[in-house]
Amino acid sequence: MNGLVVVGASYAGVQAALSAREAGYAEPIRLIVDETSLPYQRPPLSKGFLLGEASEQSLVLRDETFFRDKGIELLLGTSAVRVDRQERRVALADGARLDFDRLLLATGSRARRLSVPGAEREGIHYLRSLRDAQTLKAELDAAASIIIIGGGFIGLEVASTASKLGKNVTVIEAASRLLERTVSPVVSQFLLALHHQNGVDIRLSETVARLDKDGDRWTVTTGSGAALHGDIVLAGIGGLPNIELATEAGLACDNGILVDAHGATSDPLVFAAGDCTSHHNSFAGQQTRLESVQHAQDQGKAAGSAVAGKTSPYTSVPRFWSDQYAAKLQMVGLSHGRDHHVIRGEPDQSGFSVFMYRQNRLIAVDSVNRPGEQLIARKLIGAGVSPSPAQAADLSFDLKALPLPRAAEGARP
Amino acid sequence: MPLVRFVEPNGAERTLEIVTGTSVMQTAIRHSVRGIEAGCGGCLDCATCHVYVDDSQLHAMPPASAQEDAVLAAVAAERRPTSRLGCQLFVPVGIETLIIHIPETQL
Repeated sequence: MNGLVVVGASYAGVQAALSAREAGYAEPIRLIVDETSLPYQRPPLSKGFLLGEASEQSLVLRDETFFRDKGIELLLGTSAVRVDRQERRVALADGARLDFDRLLLATGSRARRLSVPGAEREGIHYLRSLRDAQTLKAELDAAASIIIIGGGFIGLEVASTASKLGKNVTVIEAASRLLERTVSPVVSQFLLALHHQNGVDIRLSETVARLDKDGDRWTVTTGSGAALHGDIVLAGIGGLPNIELATEAGLACDNGILVDAHGATSDPLVFAAGDCTSHHNSFAGQQTRLESVQHAQDQGKAAGSAVAGKTSPYTSVPRFWSDQYAAKLQMVGLSHGRDHHVIRGEPDQSGFSVFMYRQNRLIAVDSVNRPGEQLIARKLIGAGVSPSPAQAADLSFDLKALPLPRAAEGARP
Repeated sequence: MPLVRFVEPNGAERTLEIVTGTSVMQTAIRHSVRGIEAGCGGCLDCATCHVYVDDSQLHAMPPASAQEDAVLAAVAAERRPTSRLGCQLFVPVGIETLIIHIPETQL
């Protein structure tokens, strides 16, 4: 038996390999890691690691002993370059070929690149990998200022970190509010005020026209004609799924490798999980590609179990989180199509939640510094139970008192 | 390096070194300690790294933050005065081996 080959060793790949084992898969499992380091945690890269609080060693996700104990072979420092589905074989960059019975693609996503004049210059930062973070950290430590293009999670987390480090920070965001596609306007407004309080210059409804570099100094010319100067330029303008391997292998893809609830692709011997996939999400009511740790882990679990022949469909409520300054931002559910919202608590740093509805159904809850409320919200949305907007807005109403159907237990992570 | 001794409900034990700056939860996950799920990776999002600090060491631990306390309200196993979230627990100075009891269930 040739066993399972997993391509990619971030959250989805590692979880899938582990879940296949735990579900009883007894054949060899090989995990292709295109970096030279052990699989590591990514959320701290934009925060604790840049701040110097988290060391490279503390980022390690699972030790070598873990993989050895689970009988998962790590192939570090190589990448898959081609998949031959007829021969059931993967060709690696180092010339090796691996035969497989089952293949699992967890190829992740990459940073979308800037496409304005000057974007091809050396030295523009993107933040995805440990190596990206190491390069950025080395420069940031010596810099006085940073210009961040994009007011999404990466941009705002780096803005928060750089501000804590005493740097001059400017954020350029094309939309009229922060995290427009992810959070409610109330939370956008809260975050804008929070960044302002910390001295960050945020330019909304602003674009980048061109990038120039004179010596070590960058000039970013904006769409409205302003010339901003900084030592570092970081772009955080979204991610693109790594689907080239899958496309060339003839697997069905559309903004992600198409998978079912078990992570199966259009080839029943090939599975996929994580950022690189697109699945029908019942909470979104449509085909969806998600980039989050929770999604990668939970879908990895479903796909790994399916490899072993066990059924464990991916039905988790989507969740996201971000830490900026002292604010813990948590989001559950998918909010597009919301037509009504109420606020529970006061929108300040002491903590509040925004309950969002579509046709009287609770579809998403954003919270700042309210982790307990998020846990309740997750159960409610997972179970399809909606408090009335009046109940949600009433701090004296105990949301835990709402009856949940028994199946709601499954909505737990 | 300080040590953490994990005691499972059936009495089975594992003692592991804890890398400086890493939490009890992270140590458990790295070494695949049974009974700690840590679905969220350590950001107070999931309540599945619930543990009990040994009674004899409770006095040495800094108290839970208000946020940790709020998440502890949602743990699956019995909540006790010694209940903590592993992701928020570090070995305090002065303790060589932190003793941690794993609850019956996390889900």
